[in-house]
Amino acid sequence: MDWTLLTVQLLNGLQLGILLFLLASGLTLIFGIMDFVNLAHGSLYMVGAFFCATFTQWLDSFLLGLLLALPATAVIGLLVELLVVRRLYQRDHLDHVLATFGLILVFDTLTQMIWGPDGQVIPLPAWLDGQITLMDGIVLPTYRIAIIITGLAVAFGLFVLVTRTRLGMRIRAGASNRTMISALGINISLLFSIVFVMGAVLAGLAGMMIAPITEASIGMGNQIIIVAFVVIVIGGIGSIKGAFIAAVIVGLIDTMGRSYLDALFKLFMSAQNAETSAPAVSAMLIYILMAVILAVRPAGLFGPRGR
Amino acid sequence: MTLRGWVTCAVIVVLALVPPIVSLVDNAFILDMATRFVILAIAAVSLNLILGYGRMISFGHAAYLGIGAYAVGIPAYYEVYNGYLHILIAMSVSAVFALVTGIVCLRTRGVNFIMITMAFAQMVFFAFVSIEEYGGDDGLVIEMRSEFGSLIDLENASVLYYVCFVSLLLILYLIRRIVRSRFGMVIQGARGNEPRMQSLGFDTFRYKLACYVIAGTICGYAGALLGNFTNFISPEMMDWTRSGELIFMVVLGGTGSVFGPVLGTSVFLFLEEILSGLWLYWQLVFGVFLILVVLFAKGGIDSWLSGRRTH
Repeated sequence: MDWTLLTVQLLNGLQLGILLFLLASGLTLIFGIMDFVNLAHGSLYMVGAFFCATFTQWLDSFLLGLLLALPATAVIGLLVELLVVRRLYQRDHLDHVLATFGLILVFDTLTQMIWGPDGQVIPLPAWLDGQITLMDGIVLPTYRIAIIITGLAVAFGLFVLVTRTRLGMRIRAGASNRTMISALGINISLLFSIVFVMGAVLAGLAGMMIAPITEASIGMGNQIIIVAFVVIVIGGIGSIKGAFIAAVIVGLIDTMGRSYLDALFKLFMSAQNAETSAPAVSAMLIYILMAVILAVRPAGLFGPRGR
Repeated sequence: MTLRGWVTCAVIVVLALVPPIVSLVDNAFILDMATRFVILAIAAVSLNLILGYGRMISFGHAAYLGIGAYAVGIPAYYEVYNGYLHILIAMSVSAVFALVTGIVCLRTRGVNFIMITMAFAQMVFFAFVSIEEYGGDDGLVIEMRSEFGSLIDLENASVLYYVCFVSLLLILYLIRRIVRSRFGMVIQGARGNEPRMQSLGFDTFRYKLACYVIAGTICGYAGALLGNFTNFISPEMMDWTRSGELIFMVVLGGTGSVFGPVLGTSVFLFLEEILSGLWLYWQLVFGVFLILVVLFAKGGIDSWLSGRRTH
């Protein structure tokens, strides 16, 4: 057993889980409170990455670029909410899905018009680009550790915000009974805007953090958003805790499946069969997991009963 | 006859006359466009059976197009060109896939249903992406079209077109019969008020599952036609954005009638063709158009033709 590889893969899985959580937490909040399905959430992930790339190039600093890209993504999120999304809260899910599908086309094309068809590289500063050596000579890339720490900090902050503050109380109240909270005199449309922008910033942050590894590219959010959907379905829609646990599980299973499934299959089938079937099965693993969990609990792990 | 009836007849007559007209003006491109249109119309009509009549918003319908196309492509890869076998595989694999995923999906409702159908379609997409044997990401070229004996030669573009066209007519008739049957009434009843249908003694889950399987099977058939038409298959055919386009075709045409999605498909493909020729960034216009349709044009073309609002 190669312990360095195992540790690196575990970290990669955790890192994917953290990114998924940043995407899924926004989605699940937006859905839980506004009953709104946002396919274009992945576009905000992409927009965040492109902003971060440009600001990093201008300021020659990844950290400053990231700090500037966050409010910029928030502004885009606010614009989307005010111009399109706000008009759709009263409509049914089919309309949400279609309009946000249109938004994806708009975002992908606008990004291509502004930044061109090629991906944008984000250079990392030297202090993030190195490696950390743990005991036994296990070497880990610093930046991946940084992503995980940042993500955990954000998750903790979000948890505190939702469970310990007045805004969080309103968000939770909005999630369980929208009509009641507006009857109690809370400005519901302001609350909706805040939550939508919060989700946009979280998605943008995930895009900014992954971009130095993968580079920012057109349509980068369109694949990961489906996995984020799987996460919130598994975790239970509307539940931050569920999103976190499901994100980590999905991240680990996906990464581990891709690296170790062929070895596992070789235990009970021929090497050739294992090598052809393992990639296909590992690509399907998280969906199989979703199906199994839904078969047992249709509302997800922490979902509200009866939705 | 109503305006809607006239338009329906006019569209069918025009479609029936496409090959002779094309041979007159000698423009094979129009025939290609028309064939693609008819195939996608079959897919859209099948989607409308669950989306419009059952209110089951499936965001994974393109998966069946892919399954159907690979049911032609994979046997062809092993040099098996029997068309009847291709169709049989396409429809039975689609039916089984719809049955298995339907059992899971239909346990949930609302937004969960949308996301889960989407996720299952992505699962098939990634499965085919990772199977290197059948081309993986790059796809698979089909050397020869399906063979149906000496009578029907799909290598002839006009024959292929008429096969697709007659299929569309038969499927439209079939779905019209389904919608007006007792079965269809239960499905539509469950759309409006499912607990009420259940208290009337109908096991709505089984009805919806059957409906879901029928729609998937028809779309699998459309996929087999699509594979034959393009002579090239790739996982990209079942990307989730393809499913989104199918939904848009249905909603654009109107979910209130059997024929509506055909109109939606024609407008969708026409706009796509015109815009993509005009401007490199045509998808921007397309996206804005989509948003505007959702915000301001409820009921689609169909409700506009029949002069009433369907929802």
